[in-house]
Amino acid sequence: MSLDKTDVEKIAHLARLAIDENAIPEYVRDLSNIFNLVEDLNNTDTTDIRPMAHPFDAHQRLRPDVIGESNQRELFQSIAPKTDAGVYLVPQVLE
Amino acid sequence: MHNKSLSELSSALHNGEFTSVELTQHYLDRINAHNGKLNAFITVAEEHALAQARAADQRLQQKTAGKLTGIPLAHKDIFCTQGLLTSSASKMLSNFIAPYDATVVEKINAAGMVTLGKTNMDEFAMGSSNETSFYGNVKNPWDTDRVPGGSSGGSAAAMAARLAPIATGTDTGGSIRQPASLCNLTGLKPTYGRISRYGMIAFASSLDQAGPMAHSAEDAALLLNEMAGFDERDSTSIDKEVPDYSATLNDSLEGLRIGLPKEFFSDDLDPKIAAVINDAVKMYQSLGATVKEITLPNTGLSVPTYYVVAPAECSSNLSRMDGVRFGHRCENPADLDDLYNRSRGEGFGEEVKRRIMIGTYALSAGYYDAYYLKAQQCRRLISDDFQQAFNDVDVIMGPTAPSTAFKLGDKTDDPVAMYLADIYTLSTNLAGLPGMSIPAGFIDGLPVGLQLIGNYFEEARLLNIAHRYQQVTDWHTQTPEEFK
Repeated sequence: MSLDKTDVEKIAHLARLAIDENAIPEYVRDLSNIFNLVEDLNNTDTTDIRPMAHPFDAHQRLRPDVIGESNQRELFQSIAPKTDAGVYLVPQVLE
Repeated sequence: MHNKSLSELSSALHNGEFTSVELTQHYLDRINAHNGKLNAFITVAEEHALAQARAADQRLQQKTAGKLTGIPLAHKDIFCTQGLLTSSASKMLSNFIAPYDATVVEKINAAGMVTLGKTNMDEFAMGSSNETSFYGNVKNPWDTDRVPGGSSGGSAAAMAARLAPIATGTDTGGSIRQPASLCNLTGLKPTYGRISRYGMIAFASSLDQAGPMAHSAEDAALLLNEMAGFDERDSTSIDKEVPDYSATLNDSLEGLRIGLPKEFFSDDLDPKIAAVINDAVKMYQSLGATVKEITLPNTGLSVPTYYVVAPAECSSNLSRMDGVRFGHRCENPADLDDLYNRSRGEGFGEEVKRRIMIGTYALSAGYYDAYYLKAQQCRRLISDDFQQAFNDVDVIMGPTAPSTAFKLGDKTDDPVAMYLADIYTLSTNLAGLPGMSIPAGFIDGLPVGLQLIGNYFEEARLLNIAHRYQQVTDWHTQTPEEFK
């Protein structure tokens, strides 16, 4: 499979990744090569094969619905790039 | 001091031959003397280490010390360490002081071990040569023009140069075993779920597993005893009793059934590597083992399957790095999208971006079934091959890596060539099985690793198999001349 410039731009947008315009040809080449490698999977018949998400097919463990951790907002916000009065700051979203 | 096993260090500390502060200072001095050449550490935690060493000395004096109390170690920079930089070798987290300890770190601290520092790695553990680190590549102590392997390359180089007596690593597709092979170490990736992933910065959550990197199976067993166990804070952790991994090291190998997968010994394998592996297998036969050729017919699917599953999971895991709550944030974002796009674009390196993009595409609307679901089905086929094989054999053996350490820069321009070199290690992660690499010889002065793969929760058996070999060989005791 071969991707083009538009594909790469679309994927970068979905991934919320600003990429350098000059680097696009390199992404086109590298990602196409990687997808060519991955295409090998299509030569394998997987009809009726159950997908494997976990080696033991384990299910999500449940626990009693009780509070286990205390609020550590100040600790966690101490490493945030921008906070004010206990909230994280981002650029204005609504006018 | 730096050529002693963990048991010897433990005895010396308990007998008062030297203190933990003296031992720690010895290693800190070695790091200061040699790290400049190797770039194995991102952070050297001198004050933190000496404080832990003083506390360990108190425990030793008060006779409340355990087996590993006072022994220094190095942590891969993927484990959250409260109060210390935890960067995962990324610009994105180059300002991230972890607010809590990973479970692995907590357990090792409770055992009284001393954290010397945090080791370099491929960025977010994505790489096989330690060349994707924001902090620069690591050099292999066996030849500083060559890579140490990856992604736990800093831990491997630190160990090979005897800058730490033991280290932690993580293995998502071979990141403990391959650098162990390239640096002449004993590395163990346990069964998926054996060790808690809590506080271990996630790359591919269904594959990631922590483990010890050591100079011997005996040392690895001692650290695994501390690392393993159920943790309710990791929802995929397995609630199963942890055996004493040291207790069975000396068990006999009489009647051990070794399987050699023909796919691991195809014509593509370098004949020199094949010769080293065959010699190791002969040594096992002399210890009472029998050998049988087996087949893992879907081995060829492991590279393409892995390079869908791992990037898909990484693209999801790394979406939390958004420039809002922690980590790198771009200057003067125009709006929210600009904040996300530029913070991530600036914070992630090239290999990480490539993998996020592969994963994003594979999971995007209309492609999920064709890529991720298909890969999960192929993953089942790979896993079933192993279970079929384990009906007839106790352990599978083969090479860990298709070559010895390659030159820095050799594969950086061709991601696919780098990926293909993971051929022997990826399938173990996809199946969730435990795997080891142990030193088995040298080619032109460069180490070669023998891979051992066991069935689920057979870590004790693997360590036993490795230990018996290390009793009759001395490959694992070799140290590069410059770092003796």
